[in-house]
Amino acid sequence: MASIEMKNIVKKYGDGYPAVNDVSMDIADGEFMILVGPSGCGKSTLLRMIVGLEDISSGDMVIGGSRVNDKAPRDRNLSMVFQNYALYPHLSVFENIAFPLRLAKAPEDEVTRKVEAAAQVLELNEHLQRKPANLSGGQRQRVAMGRAIVRDADAFLFDEPLSNLDAKLRGQMRTEIARLQRRLGITTVYVTHDQTEAMTLGDRVCVLRKGVIQQVASPRELYEQPVNLFVAGFIGSPPMNFLPATVKGSSLETPFGTIELDAARAEKVAGRDLVLVGIRPEYFEDASLVDDAKKHVGSTFTAKVDVTEWLGDSQFAYIPYDAPAEVETKLKELSAELDADQLRTQAIVSIDSTSRIREGREAEFWLDARKIHVFDPESGENLTRDPEAGAELTRIAAEDRAEQVAQARGDA
Amino acid sequence: MSSREKVLWIVAGVAIVVYALFPVGWIVSLSLKSSDDIANKQFLPTSVSWSNYEQILVGDAAGLFLPALRNSFGICIIATFLACVLSMFAAYAIARLDFRGKKLILSTALAVAIFPVISIVTPLFNLWRQIGLYDTWPGLIIPYLSLTLPLSIWTMSAFFREIPWEMEQAAQVDGATTWQAFRKVIVPLATPGVFTTAILAFFIAWNDFAYGISLTSTGASRPVPAALGLFSGASQFESPNGPIAAAAVIVTIPVVVLVLLFQRRIVAGLTNGAVKG
Repeated sequence: MASIEMKNIVKKYGDGYPAVNDVSMDIADGEFMILVGPSGCGKSTLLRMIVGLEDISSGDMVIGGSRVNDKAPRDRNLSMVFQNYALYPHLSVFENIAFPLRLAKAPEDEVTRKVEAAAQVLELNEHLQRKPANLSGGQRQRVAMGRAIVRDADAFLFDEPLSNLDAKLRGQMRTEIARLQRRLGITTVYVTHDQTEAMTLGDRVCVLRKGVIQQVASPRELYEQPVNLFVAGFIGSPPMNFLPATVKGSSLETPFGTIELDAARAEKVAGRDLVLVGIRPEYFEDASLVDDAKKHVGSTFTAKVDVTEWLGDSQFAYIPYDAPAEVETKLKELSAELDADQLRTQAIVSIDSTSRIREGREAEFWLDARKIHVFDPESGENLTRDPEAGAELTRIAAEDRAEQVAQARGDA
Repeated sequence: MSSREKVLWIVAGVAIVVYALFPVGWIVSLSLKSSDDIANKQFLPTSVSWSNYEQILVGDAAGLFLPALRNSFGICIIATFLACVLSMFAAYAIARLDFRGKKLILSTALAVAIFPVISIVTPLFNLWRQIGLYDTWPGLIIPYLSLTLPLSIWTMSAFFREIPWEMEQAAQVDGATTWQAFRKVIVPLATPGVFTTAILAFFIAWNDFAYGISLTSTGASRPVPAALGLFSGASQFESPNGPIAAAAVIVTIPVVVLVLLFQRRIVAGLTNGAVKG
């Protein structure tokens, strides 16, 4: 077990393009850190630099207190699960899991004991004598995990381990990984582009964009107090809506009517003209279903619904709006960067599943203004972020986590 | 497939097989004809006679044929083994490492492979005589390597490229040195490739005639293809076709056996299941 510290890590490829640019991050001992970002953001490269499969152009990689920049992967005592599992097809499941032990020249009885223990945890006992080719995708994934947990590695590294599984299996394996990590309490770095994995697994999540860290924080902080447009748009599904707005005193003029800001927010946006308002889909509601007691904290507006999607437990409505040209290009850029090619400017609104709002009609919506954020359209910076509230969320998450780990270890 | 299509496929298949196997059948039939039966103007022998085989295995021609057979086996196996080992390292480097002159090596190998043998036989003959390699096993093994290596490097590097790089990286993370990763992961995965290469290399060496006839003079190192050309009849009025045919049949057998034996391994896709299926 060990902590991982990165100091100003840079990775430059032959053409001088920095795939990872000046990344500094501390991962505490036993922490579950998620690296997330759209494709090409450098998250896998960063992971491969931790494990030693990629050279570090400059900066220091410190694992468990010693600098490992010049150490070969085998000397770093880390274990890794690859995206395509990289099982050895000529070896049985038993030998696949035993491979690291065999290389370490462990005695035969120890190998058997450890492999069987790992197989027990992953429910692979029945399959030990089979070859990887005869296993299902989920079983292969578990063999790859077995190979990682069989030796006492300082940290686990996962490179999009669930991306080749179907949705149902992915959900199962996700909880499996969470349970395993909590039980073993080993420092884990996990690369993914999947929202759900990032939000559910990590103690902290590091959002990367073009090789630069945007924000490192607990999932809740990322969701509620994002630092900029990129993080706000990346975290959350369906994504946050960004509406163009003009500042008029303490209120914002948006395509969906006027939004009154509280004093703290009003002060932060004072003196600006054009801004972007970030509103999560669930801050909207069908106005006819909102309690009168709650109604006054938000504003109501009427809009024409383009499409509705009823999903049983929830319902989404799509409301198109017109944006000024300069904002529209900015939003297009952002959505391209987030791997989500949004074709039109539209707001996605979450409404109660019992709502009778139907597509093609005018309907009245209610908007909860308490949690909205206001962004600078040029720099993308979040003008209304409350760092203290964010830090508080991360602190609470850390406490919860400590409790869970203690409990998991007590049970085991 | 409609029955009409099926019939067409079968007819075409049979035609190709007959076309390909007819010369082989002819040689076999010829080898079973006794010397006065050779000109019987029919495909099958009048009566099956083993006299030709007798002649090359225990009779007059045995002195020429048996040492040649031994030489052929020895030289070809050594040349194949060396070609495999050398090309395995070369191909690994070519497939995995990035170094200057990689293209140059590959294109040189290709150039060597298409270089006409006959143009280097004469200088090689002179050189070998002067440095004492003429009519020795190494004297043939070295030129055979020049025939087999280029091809081996090309096929083998194609096989190595097929092996996902993650396999090796996984081994390294698991604690293997580069050499251990190569030996325990890459080589087993490349086995079908190694077999294919070995068989191809063996055939090339086994079939060589130009070097065999020019760089040898005695039974000390003369391989079978060269020896076949030196067969003579029992008397000068008798054609040696029968014994030659019998010898040809015998030297074909190892080739056929090899292919049948390793057919599975050549075809087997051993990397199945290595990565997501």
